[in-house]
Amino acid sequence: MTVILFIEQVLNGLQFGIMLFLMAAGLTLVFGVMGLINLAHGALYMVGAFAAAAVAGMTGSFLLALIAALAAAAAAGALVELLVIRRLYIRDHLDQVLATFALILIFSEGTRWMFGSFPLYLDIPDYLSGPVTLPGGIKYPLYRLVITLIGLCIAGGLFLLISRTRLGIRIRAGESDREMIAALGVNISKLYTIVFALGAALAGLAGALVGAIQSVQVGMGEPVMILAFVVIVIGGIGSIKGALIGALMVGLTNTLGGIAMPAFLRLFMDNSAASATGSALASMLIYVLMAVVLIWRPQGLFGAAT
Amino acid sequence: MNFKTIITVAGIALASTAAIAQGDKVKVGMITTLSGGGAGLGIDVRDGFMLAVKQAGDANLEVIVEDDQRKPEIAVQLADRMIQSDDVDVLTGIIWSNLAMAVVPSATAQGKFYLSPNAGPSALAGKGCNPNYFNVAWQNDNLHEAAGGYANTAGFENIFILAPNYPAGQDALTGFKRMYKGDLAGEVFTQLGQKDYASELAQIRASGADSIFFFLPGGMGISFLKQYADSGIDLPVVGPAFSFDQGILQAVGDAAMGVKNTSQWNKDIDNPANAAFVASFQAEYGRLPSLYASQGFDTANLLLSAMKKADINDADAFRAALEAADFDSVRGKFSFSANHHPIQDIYVREVIKEGDVYTNKIIGVALSDQSNVYVDECKM
Repeated sequence: MTVILFIEQVLNGLQFGIMLFLMAAGLTLVFGVMGLINLAHGALYMVGAFAAAAVAGMTGSFLLALIAALAAAAAAGALVELLVIRRLYIRDHLDQVLATFALILIFSEGTRWMFGSFPLYLDIPDYLSGPVTLPGGIKYPLYRLVITLIGLCIAGGLFLLISRTRLGIRIRAGESDREMIAALGVNISKLYTIVFALGAALAGLAGALVGAIQSVQVGMGEPVMILAFVVIVIGGIGSIKGALIGALMVGLTNTLGGIAMPAFLRLFMDNSAASATGSALASMLIYVLMAVVLIWRPQGLFGAAT
Repeated sequence: MNFKTIITVAGIALASTAAIAQGDKVKVGMITTLSGGGAGLGIDVRDGFMLAVKQAGDANLEVIVEDDQRKPEIAVQLADRMIQSDDVDVLTGIIWSNLAMAVVPSATAQGKFYLSPNAGPSALAGKGCNPNYFNVAWQNDNLHEAAGGYANTAGFENIFILAPNYPAGQDALTGFKRMYKGDLAGEVFTQLGQKDYASELAQIRASGADSIFFFLPGGMGISFLKQYADSGIDLPVVGPAFSFDQGILQAVGDAAMGVKNTSQWNKDIDNPANAAFVASFQAEYGRLPSLYASQGFDTANLLLSAMKKADINDADAFRAALEAADFDSVRGKFSFSANHHPIQDIYVREVIKEGDVYTNKIIGVALSDQSNVYVDECKM
């Protein structure tokens, strides 16, 4: 493997990790603050992508499409919290899993009913398309660099929000003792709606950003959802920092493992057998990573010890 | 009249109505994917099939349609129910090879006919073939073999090939390599359902390949092509029609323009049956038909042609009528090989834009009268 190829793959891993972070941040907040397992988080990712595709189709503006994705996912999140999720906080995790799984089905079939069964068109705007040449002669798609930067900015913003603002203080307080902050006069149910909508908006943004280079179709959220759960388990439930580190670890492991495993096996197997076995092994690597982290730190990298 | 007689009389009456109801009525159970990620394919097969049924207006044909959600266990349940309580004579509709493998062997073992409008796994073409199993679309390897043939004529000498790591993906690369004579710049198996191909594209760029072959059906292909267009790699691309069918081309957009792909059907194949099919499909559903729709349409017409010749209750006669394939296929020439898979021409198409709509046009024949390599393994 040449150095250029390696650097390119590291960039790809970072970009993938950052997008996972946008998904995992909302998930970990909702889990940490409200103690809720939300399987339907992937549906909000899909809502963002579809809203972006619809608005981009109507207006032709990618920026408006991103705003629409944020707004639609936040609105869908707030609505779902008010109508369904609110009733689940006091129930046990099994009820939450069941109800949010039902939400996945409702969102999927609802989206199909509105937009049809065929994938939608959403593309990168012209001013972001094509590759740029980085120092060292690496050709890398501009759009991927831009979404990596957007993701990093959001990570920074989220960090400031949690550590520096009043809302952040309440969120952290709600995480450590929800009875106590309710007793201190904070409107806990409004806080929950805000946190849920915030998480949904981030998922929707990720859906729109990724939808432009992938396919916008029903069911697009569920595979990402599984990885986002792996990320928050590795990072420690409730920790934004943990979600960021976990997402980058998963992104890099997934991307570099996909190259390294087949290359390694090619040393002593024929090409097509090495490709097949190597890619099968590579897809297991992130789960191996998760297992190793859990053996070492059962609460995750940055999870509060219980 | 005592109680026993009443029962007997009632029994005879019931039996005779049942006999009348059966007559030469044919009941078809269609199991296909109508929800979830792969729904576009199942909906096209269903719409093509139902269009032919509607045009025939045959009161003796009854079709029940159910959604398998792309899940083998649901497909098996539906098949059991259709065979045991709905008493269907013919099953059809399955899109995915893994679902077909779960349903077809048990359905044909129970004496039902199965007409495949899509999936053509090698296991059902070779040792696992069955007299009651007919594939109206293709054997899985066919379109990939044609792509290999096209790569030779196009003069590609160092091609990079990739496909998802599952049985049909492995068959795809095997099928391609069976016909392709040049060197391989690289051979990569991706994960099934993978949406990000940045890593594979970097490998392609580093490999020094002169062309790319890929088999990535559905959403995987959309993602790959968009990212490929954005990567700045500018090599000729070839693949089977599955990543360039009418249902997904609009989602790929400009990124697919000019790509060569192999298919047994296209809307511009010049024969009266095809012209009528394309026009009536558009009139009925307001969209252009895909190759899946054409396969559904041909499947229904094959069945209707057999119904004209033979009674479904005479399985041997009905099977012979199916084998004759005496119908006007929208593909033009169509006949069955000894293992009940099509012998047909496979074309090379190019993605073009007609007005605002992305579609394909035929630019040549990749393989003429293509059968499949599993014929000799099939003993029936």
